[in-house]
Amino acid sequence: MSGKNESWLFEISSKRKWIDLNFKEIWRYRDLLVLFVKRDIITVYKQTVLGPLWFFIQPLFTSVIFTLIFNKVAEIETGIIPAFLFNLAGITAWNYFKICLNGTASTFKTNKGIFGKVYFPRFIVPLSKVISNLVKFGIQMLILTGFYIFYSYTQSDMVTPDWHLLLIPAYVIIMAVYGLGLGMIISTMTTKYRDVSILLGFAMQLLMYLSAVPYPIKALKEKVPEFAWVVDYNPLAHIIEGFRYALFPTDTLQFNWNIFGSIAILGIILFLIGLVLFNRTEKTFIDTV
Amino acid sequence: MSKVILKAENISKQYRLGLVGLGTVRHDLNRFWHRIRGKEDPYLTIGAVNDRSEKATQEYVWALRDINFEVKQGEILGIIGKNGAGKSTLLKLLSQVTTPTTGVIKSRGRIASLLEVGTGFHPELTGRENIYLNGAILGMTRAEINAKIDEIIDFSGCEMYIDTPTKRYSSGMTVRLGFAVAAHLEPDILVVDEVLAVGDAEFQKKAIGKMQDISKGEGRTVLFVSHNMGSVQSLCTRGLLLENGSIAYEGKIEDVVSTYLSTGKKEVGLSIAERTDREGGEVFRFTDCNILDERETQVLDLISGNKYTFKIGFKSEEDLAGIRFRVRIYDENGITRIICNNGFSSQLLNVKKDTDRFIHCTIPRLPLPNGRYNVRLTCATLHKFLDDLEVAMEFDVVGGDFYGTGKQQVSSEGVMVDHSITLH
Repeated sequence: MSGKNESWLFEISSKRKWIDLNFKEIWRYRDLLVLFVKRDIITVYKQTVLGPLWFFIQPLFTSVIFTLIFNKVAEIETGIIPAFLFNLAGITAWNYFKICLNGTASTFKTNKGIFGKVYFPRFIVPLSKVISNLVKFGIQMLILTGFYIFYSYTQSDMVTPDWHLLLIPAYVIIMAVYGLGLGMIISTMTTKYRDVSILLGFAMQLLMYLSAVPYPIKALKEKVPEFAWVVDYNPLAHIIEGFRYALFPTDTLQFNWNIFGSIAILGIILFLIGLVLFNRTEKTFIDTV
Repeated sequence: MSKVILKAENISKQYRLGLVGLGTVRHDLNRFWHRIRGKEDPYLTIGAVNDRSEKATQEYVWALRDINFEVKQGEILGIIGKNGAGKSTLLKLLSQVTTPTTGVIKSRGRIASLLEVGTGFHPELTGRENIYLNGAILGMTRAEINAKIDEIIDFSGCEMYIDTPTKRYSSGMTVRLGFAVAAHLEPDILVVDEVLAVGDAEFQKKAIGKMQDISKGEGRTVLFVSHNMGSVQSLCTRGLLLENGSIAYEGKIEDVVSTYLSTGKKEVGLSIAERTDREGGEVFRFTDCNILDERETQVLDLISGNKYTFKIGFKSEEDLAGIRFRVRIYDENGITRIICNNGFSSQLLNVKKDTDRFIHCTIPRLPLPNGRYNVRLTCATLHKFLDDLEVAMEFDVVGGDFYGTGKQQVSSEGVMVDHSITLH
């Protein structure tokens, strides 16, 4: 036995380190991560009639409406990419980012019951959300693939995909990292000031329009060059645009490795900031929530 | 064996009173401003003692203040105190749900808490799925749960419903399933809060038994918080008495429990003379009622088989002759267990006006099994009632050895009488 010496397994105190992400601990709780993911997937559509069909309905309807408004009425050009497919791709990507962010941002609020009683690494919860959301994203990608193939056969001038398709997983990871990072930053604010969660609802709505979901960045630069910088400085717009470029590598969309590198680095910075704030909050949030 | 496994050094916890509003923003900004200049939190120096009955005088309150204690390996520490004494806050700190404002808790082992059973149960998941989920939340790995799943299901007594969503469970079943999972945890230190207050009598017995196994047989360290003095006394070896956020007493569990009970006893004694929920009491009035053990010390926890005297104070306005006293003891269900009446057992008594004498009602061998009992005091002459007090006092019977065999009656019904059962 180690006897008298002061070798403690752990200490609980108010002093906090900047980043206290204990990977060993998270690894020890990996089964919990798996079970949380499983729970989310199993329970979302229990006792609904249409079940997972809801995953299809939302992006399809939104794409139809977007195509009508933005492409038919506002006459935004999408080049050789079919407008409907263009919108569907943007919405699929945006949805994944959105549910990751929302899930992460409400971590403390929705789990205060458990968090108030038991300790486990809190980071498990947003991580499980990001993973379980992959399933929803996967289902929506299936429809997108379906329409992609359909258009490829029916339209002779459709873009042909190339090796850029390999970038899709990279973009999915980047979206998850942005969702986690921003979500964690927001979650720390919602614990004390509920105003933030009310704000989040409509901020996400507006942000979607600023993130190049219903239009290509180039089209915006041509039509309203004086305001295009708002979108140009929005990393989310470049993520959506890049995700589309991976599917439709044409000149209508802008993509280069500098942009790709910058958004990746920015994502990591956001994630680290989020992690620091999240760690500070998880220790005392139960007193303020 | 006697290694210190858990140590609390000067831990305090401060809470802010009132609502979150613009004032909170101001304090947050001020605190932030102090922190970036590397100064102390300006709000740590203030704060009132946690006494809920007083009017709040300050914005901050200390739920816990300078708590120091050590727990040795294999020890079962009972933590008792009135509502609001800081027990739950202490447990929250120990189970890492929140951090102390100042001070450090050091531990050599993994801590798992049983603050409330069934944490994280999802109503849509089946019992079996919830066992895995709940187990994982409490810190078990899948392999550990796999090894114990049959035992857990068996212990919960929900085998028939194990593949049904828990939303179809009765509340009792949910609690049992939750406790079954928690009872099979294997942390180095287990923190338990009031779980025994749930479930039916049979399950409670099972739960207490399991707790005893965990602590005695397996040498686990347990911190146990409860209002039930009976189970605290039977489970724990050492105790902490919390009062208004500080440790009021620390020591052997018997001493801690009696200190705790004696703080409550004064209130019972005081009120009898002034109580209005009585019949009569004009000419003759009970003023006091205490139970004395053989050493003539006041007690509220009785041991069956021991000798006890009910010492009853009274005040009479007149000289009265031929008085009957009745001490009726009934259980929590209102069932009368014992009636003592000097009209049958001894002689009628005469009392003088303004006397300072007491009535003693002595039971040489208390025949009551474990439980909580009420005492009703009645006084009458042959012709009329003088005073009748429905619940003059309460007491508990906690264990004992009535038959002198070292065994105790398991059922809490009836009374014990001397008997023998032999074969002829």
